[in-house]
Amino acid sequence: MKDELARDVERVVLTLDVNRERFELLVPVHKTLLEVLREDMNLTGTKHGCELGECGTCTVLVDGRPELSCLLLPIQLEGRPITTVEGMANGSELHPLQQAFAELGAAQCGYCTPGILLSAQSLLTENARPTRDEIREALAGNLCRCTGYTKILQAIELAADRMG
Amino acid sequence: MREHPHPAASPPTSPHGGEVNGLKVVGKPLPKVDAATKVTGRAIYADDMLPARTLHCRILRSQHPHARILSIDTSAAKRMPGVLAVITGADLPVKFGILPVTQDERALEHEKVRYVGDPIAAVAATEEEIAAAACDAIAVEYEELEPVMSTDAALRAPRDERIHEYGGPNNVHKFVTLEFGDVDGGFARAERVREDVFFYQGNTHLPMEQHSAVATYVDGRVTLWSSTQVVHYVHRALAKVLELPMHRIRVIGAAHGGGFGGKTDPFAHEIIVAKLAMLTGRPVKCTLTREEVFYAHRGRHPVLMWVRTGIDAEGLITAMHFRSALDGGAYGSYGVASTFYTGALQTVTYDIPAYRFEGCRVFTNKPPCGPKRGHGTPQPRFALELHLEKLADDAGLDPVDLKRRNFVKPDTRTVNWLRVTSCGLDECTDLVMNASKFRERKPRPGHGMGFAISSYLSGAGTAIYWNDMPHSEVQIKVDRGGVTAYCGAMDIGQGSDSVLATIIAEELGLQPADVRLVTADTDTTPIDLGSYSSRVTFMAGNAALEAARRMRALLVEAVEASGKRYEDVTFEEASVLGEARFGTLTSAGSYTPPKIAGPYKGSGVGPSPAYSYSACVVDLDADARTGIVTVNKVWIAHDVGRAINPLLVEGQVEGSVYMGLGEALMEEQVFRKGLHKWPSMLEYKSPTFLDVPEIETFLVETVDREGPYGAKEAGQGPLLPVPPAVCAAVHDALGVWIDEIPVTPEKVIEALRRKEKGEPARYGPPHFPDIPYPPVIKVEPPPKDLDAQAASS
Repeated sequence: MKDELARDVERVVLTLDVNRERFELLVPVHKTLLEVLREDMNLTGTKHGCELGECGTCTVLVDGRPELSCLLLPIQLEGRPITTVEGMANGSELHPLQQAFAELGAAQCGYCTPGILLSAQSLLTENARPTRDEIREALAGNLCRCTGYTKILQAIELAADRMG
Repeated sequence: MREHPHPAASPPTSPHGGEVNGLKVVGKPLPKVDAATKVTGRAIYADDMLPARTLHCRILRSQHPHARILSIDTSAAKRMPGVLAVITGADLPVKFGILPVTQDERALEHEKVRYVGDPIAAVAATEEEIAAAACDAIAVEYEELEPVMSTDAALRAPRDERIHEYGGPNNVHKFVTLEFGDVDGGFARAERVREDVFFYQGNTHLPMEQHSAVATYVDGRVTLWSSTQVVHYVHRALAKVLELPMHRIRVIGAAHGGGFGGKTDPFAHEIIVAKLAMLTGRPVKCTLTREEVFYAHRGRHPVLMWVRTGIDAEGLITAMHFRSALDGGAYGSYGVASTFYTGALQTVTYDIPAYRFEGCRVFTNKPPCGPKRGHGTPQPRFALELHLEKLADDAGLDPVDLKRRNFVKPDTRTVNWLRVTSCGLDECTDLVMNASKFRERKPRPGHGMGFAISSYLSGAGTAIYWNDMPHSEVQIKVDRGGVTAYCGAMDIGQGSDSVLATIIAEELGLQPADVRLVTADTDTTPIDLGSYSSRVTFMAGNAALEAARRMRALLVEAVEASGKRYEDVTFEEASVLGEARFGTLTSAGSYTPPKIAGPYKGSGVGPSPAYSYSACVVDLDADARTGIVTVNKVWIAHDVGRAINPLLVEGQVEGSVYMGLGEALMEEQVFRKGLHKWPSMLEYKSPTFLDVPEIETFLVETVDREGPYGAKEAGQGPLLPVPPAVCAAVHDALGVWIDEIPVTPEKVIEALRRKEKGEPARYGPPHFPDIPYPPVIKVEPPPKDLDAQAASS
């Protein structure tokens, strides 16, 4: 059976651009971007909460826009820049969003944090000074069970002010 | 620039303690010590681990709610290439359970299954897909039994066999009947008596991280990394079921992606991966699917409640009689404690001179319920707060005034022997009443405001397994200027690591980031009973304080022996002088709660070294046409004793309010034909960024005399007043009582329809079932001066 499975699994050679680095990979064609990031590239900063596109935990940026990595196949993404939480910091200097999240206690268990940071980064790229309602709208697809969202909103506003 | 809460965070009010006297880091809104790890994605959660040669485990679970297992055939699964081991209940026959009195679970059931999702067999394979395919290849022959799906059904004689062989009659698991003081006399002298029935629907923790565990077996020793709230309880369960001495097992808490009580039991998958690692000699990992997490559950019990209270002409409570019926699901879990908790803390907020409690937990063929944030107390708090609102209405009294008149006073014993020390109920109430302008609100159609209070434990005063040992222990090592602290406490995101580091830093004159931490590892850290029961700040905090003060004393002695003052040298100098004088510098501290439980059976549930207090006002709009309730704002004041780190305390309070709103308005576990109706994050509704209103938080510091720097709990208590405040506000808005949560639009519309027809303007359970409680056990109230000496010292 294992041999059969191995035979049945179609593998593809892919070149992915992740966090401004090129990766050549041989992966089963059915594997999601989430699985490839975590299992084949050891980029475990991207978390999974449902694997059905419901919770926003696995959010990454593709072409700078938030996408659910659990619903994407890497074969769709060749040549398109992908950013994960590991790619946010500038060397050992935290991204202003990361810095603000740390300072204001916006990450409690931290499990939803990577996805929320990336959704927020995309928002601030498009809208440098979002209102609180615009932040809520942009992040409505990212669930958090710890914070009650309050400190996350405050942290995004703080980062926006510092970046602006 | 917008105004930002940090670093100019508003200082907590300190009615008793005054300014945060001379404290350097305690009381400051500092970032968590693990903040950078969390925001960079570097924190390693259990599912992030993939040791070389890891096998993947999948678990075959029952598809029937109640059935006898006639046979399990694993032969086809075992033959599949890539499958290295298949195990069933015969491989793990020893029963376990979190409470010593309810050892009623097996890691794999081989005789009968009691809910859809009960584990039956497990596979370890080279790939997860192969493990899943192998599970599908296991043939199980069942004899279906009548499923028992409701409390009413559980109270009737079963058509087939009972779910468990132990417990009360039919499918009753546990009865509790206690009476304190002269209840009949209290009702006889009451000016007014009222009875109400309430229902609190069950709901689940929904942590963002699914449960996950990885085990290895090397040199005859099991090591397990798990997403657990209590490494010690997992350690005990592994030792029991694997029949290994504890020193051959090591349990390490991986970075934790959210608990809320849902990872406080030892779980089947933790035992299974350890067994499979022992059998295969390779690392084995199991991460539950989101659907499995819904079935693993151990969440909020659905509780039906009946309450009767008498008040005198002044509105003072003369007696209370409280009944609860808990739908426990398929196993014991923490259920015995949950049952006691539905009756324990009523007296901690209101002075009730005579109190009778009759509780009952039943088994049903649903995922087992257990502890969720507030464990067994949000349900009775919901009932009690709304009941007093109605009683005030009956008596023509203002509900807030009626509640205030009955507030407990600091340094008292309740009629059921619970020792109250600090109590900031009055301050909390003043803060939210004033900030919300509750009294000045102008009537507007569909707009309402509601008020409620609550209290919660700062850790249970007695351990779940009886012993005289400390509940928390901390060791500190200092060498060459470095400080490392060791403690079994598990940081589940609430910031327990930061609390430990802050306390130790305060005592030694350092910053929290200067303290290295080793936590939640049964090999290298001394015991802590884990992150549940809101116990860590109080108990591990006190242990850390003791260890740090002992370390400081060593350093001071060494510095002074050199002719200098501790304050005048750097920490590095002090460390070098200390190490030169004493050799290896180590200190230890521990915390054992005071023995304050009353002299009756069951008195172990309820006592805590200190209680937190909260008061809350909810402002909302309720649409009479659609039934939709929109919360505009929540004001919450929380008596935390002392905020070791106000940033983290606010985070706990805000998170509690959020979770309380979810329970009040949308979250519910509902089952159909044994199946969870909504086992996914899309269908199980929880509040999003768009659903959570502005939350204004006030911290009240009553400086508890036994808490570390006066600190009490913050993680659970603030959830409790939210659901009743929501329902009180809905009543204020529409004139209808919604006596069960969640408050869905359908319930609001139905209550309005009844009101229009001239029926009672209410939606809620019509009656409380006839439960054959055993005769009540009468307990003498405590003598008035029981704690006088301690209070004055």
